[in-house]
Amino acid sequence: MKKYLSFFRIRFLNSLQYRAAAYAGMATQFFWGGMLVLMYRAFYRADAAAFPMAFQQTASYVWLQQAFLWLFMTWGYDNEIFAQITQGTIAYELARPIPVYSMWFLKQAANRSAGAFLRCIPVLTVSFLLPKPYGLMLPDSIQTLLLFLMTLVLGFFTMLAFQMLAYILVFYTMSPSGVRMVMATAGEFLSGGLIPIPFMPQKMQDILTLTPFAAMQNLPLRVYIGDIAGGELANAVILQLFWLAALLFVGNLWIRRALRRVVVQGG
Amino acid sequence: MIELNHISKTFRIAKRNAGMKEAVKALFRKEYTEIHALQDISFSIGKGEMVGYIGPNGAGKSSTIKVMSGILTPDSGECRIDGLVPWKNRKEHVRRIGVVFGQRSQLWWDVPVIDSMELLRDIYEVEPARYCRNLDMLAQMLELGEILRTPARQLSLGQRMRCEIAASLIHSPKILFLDEPTIGLDAVSKIAVRDFIRQLNAEQKTTVILTTHDMQDIEALTQRILLIGKGRILLDGSLEQLKARNSAVRTLTVEFSGGDFVPVEGEGIHTVQLRSGHGVFAVDTRILSVSKAIEQLSAHAEITDLSVAGISAEELVVSLYEEFQI
Amino acid sequence: MRLYFRYFAIYLRGLMEYRASFVMTLLSQFVSSFTGVLAVYFMMERFHTVEGFTFPQVLLCFATVLMAFSLAECFFRGFDTFSSMLGNGQFDRMLVRPRGIVFQVVASRVDLSRLGRLLQAVVIFCYALPASGVSWTPDKVLTLVLMVVCGMLVFSGLFIIYASICFFTIQGLEFINIFTDGGREFGQYPFVIYGKEVLRFFTYIVPLALFQYYPFLYLIGRSRWRGYMLFPLLSLLFLIPCAVLWRVGLRHYRSTGS
Repeated sequence: MKKYLSFFRIRFLNSLQYRAAAYAGMATQFFWGGMLVLMYRAFYRADAAAFPMAFQQTASYVWLQQAFLWLFMTWGYDNEIFAQITQGTIAYELARPIPVYSMWFLKQAANRSAGAFLRCIPVLTVSFLLPKPYGLMLPDSIQTLLLFLMTLVLGFFTMLAFQMLAYILVFYTMSPSGVRMVMATAGEFLSGGLIPIPFMPQKMQDILTLTPFAAMQNLPLRVYIGDIAGGELANAVILQLFWLAALLFVGNLWIRRALRRVVVQGG
Repeated sequence: MIELNHISKTFRIAKRNAGMKEAVKALFRKEYTEIHALQDISFSIGKGEMVGYIGPNGAGKSSTIKVMSGILTPDSGECRIDGLVPWKNRKEHVRRIGVVFGQRSQLWWDVPVIDSMELLRDIYEVEPARYCRNLDMLAQMLELGEILRTPARQLSLGQRMRCEIAASLIHSPKILFLDEPTIGLDAVSKIAVRDFIRQLNAEQKTTVILTTHDMQDIEALTQRILLIGKGRILLDGSLEQLKARNSAVRTLTVEFSGGDFVPVEGEGIHTVQLRSGHGVFAVDTRILSVSKAIEQLSAHAEITDLSVAGISAEELVVSLYEEFQI
Repeated sequence: MRLYFRYFAIYLRGLMEYRASFVMTLLSQFVSSFTGVLAVYFMMERFHTVEGFTFPQVLLCFATVLMAFSLAECFFRGFDTFSSMLGNGQFDRMLVRPRGIVFQVVASRVDLSRLGRLLQAVVIFCYALPASGVSWTPDKVLTLVLMVVCGMLVFSGLFIIYASICFFTIQGLEFINIFTDGGREFGQYPFVIYGKEVLRFFTYIVPLALFQYYPFLYLIGRSRWRGYMLFPLLSLLFLIPCAVLWRVGLRHYRSTGS
């Protein structure tokens, strides 16, 4: 925890230094969110009956997605880690008293949450102030809000655990570009980053619900807008916990094997 | 050939302070400091001269080179090189100069050097006959041979530097700017590079301006030294003149046994280096004669060996930097 | 032009050294732009039309923008990766060579791996050209060509703006992605679906709609006015402010060297 906080602090201070980057990031998110909301409006006008949820729920989904983009974006990789793997400096990491997996996991968590921390506030505030169907709505109860926060944290961890697999894969391919692009775009699409999962065809939804992808941004965002409740919600949370545990387990096991390879090769 | 008059250049850079509070403040407001990179720089260099341009890091060496090569526009002052103002007549000007940045390659990384040369031929529009002549000459003088067929990224540093120099000369420029040409090279390559530059200057009458931290470059190559510090030209003269200026200083290197020296700091003598059994002292003979100095030293310990030397270029520069406090 | 091919030949020779990684990037570019098509497909399958445009029509629009963008990215990549060129001193080197700066920036960095997206665009065209119900008379073909070519130039103009700002600061440049990546992503649908204000913005400020929406109306026969055919040419006016900004940036760089 202390390590997490010091990573967080460094990253947070660093991102404060780059004020222009912070403004630019905010502008991009407002634009992106606004355009998406307008796009859904066009589809809503085309056929309101085909809409899988209320329009305002969709708008809220979009704004939450933008606000917490830093937590869930699938293309935000740490180039330092890739460099460590491909250039073999990973050996130094092995000499540290903390396992490589935890180290990377913490670093990622800190980097992303520090970025999100600064950027979610203006997006949430402004989108909340937008006129009725276009803005962010409030959750319908305190319980919903608490559930949202819980699934948000778990979803964030699931996302990180998934991303760790990409780093580990690079031990074998030794070239990050292909791995990162395929993992990022596939992950983004399947986790509902391009269009929310409820907008996909029913069959696709049924399958995705069972995968770890549904446990990332999809679950917390839909909890917030009240699109998922009751037994379905309970199942989803159980699945989320399962996938988080499974990904962490597989990642830890796998990285140990990958590291053994490095040691054997004298990496 | 090269004429600089009262060239000045000031940069503004943003201040950054440590700490959370300062970082938040920087989000809204920024403070700037002014850096006087060049202040009233004037000198002239004639055709065929070889000039060493020295000074500590950040003194303004590379800014001056950038002004002369047309990359940087100064705030005020005049600069004429071969009749042209570099930043106004960029294209004509750069046709007549060659620039080697020691730390940055101009060769295309993944292809054999010869391909880079051919592309440069087309960029500079060198006539085929002259290109062949130049390439042959350069390949022979720099012993490039097989190296030309190797991709640049596979070359050793010394081989690459030789190719860099050849690439800068393929269009037979009248002036060659060399920014730290021997940085990181091994001894053999350094000597090869120096020999080549000297030969080039002697045979082609190419004007050479060289920045370096390596005093052996200066000793081996240049008749004239320009010393720059804090954006100003501090000295302009030959190496011999500078040495003569500090000729009163002698270096005493002493081997001794028994006893220990306390660092000697007295009238006309100071300790340069001291470890057990070995000491180096600088003696200003205007104040203290060498024999008096030896007398003083032997009072402290048993001297077993001793040598007296004039000042080296290296020491000269150190003493100049100290003198001007740069 | 001869010199450009010289540069190009050098690039190709270098490429041969990294064939595997090139193919890898090309493929992943191709695959990754596929998810975009899939998203459009899912949306259109659910809603059938948007603002009266059918799925093949939307795809036609999508492919036009994607092709224009990937061509720009491929051949004007120098501006897109300009900050690295400034950072590693490559740009200083260009200044000491007796050729136009813009030419050198363009010629020195071609990136064919970006053609993965172009390939994707071609695939979509293969489906959309016949399926969109357009009868491909010469004037319609010309319209489409103008859309792609002018689109490429407008995207390049955006890259030039990005590069020009690099002269002043390397921070905060992501905002230009709003128009480049944003233009590509949201240009999947004709800009009119986002509403009047957005359409106006993309007509008068950043003229993406001039090569995407208006000629498209003529192309699919929604409008019979032939003037729309030439709207892509109007978008080229955008290059003027781009060029001005570039010059200002260059002057600034040469007076600060930072």
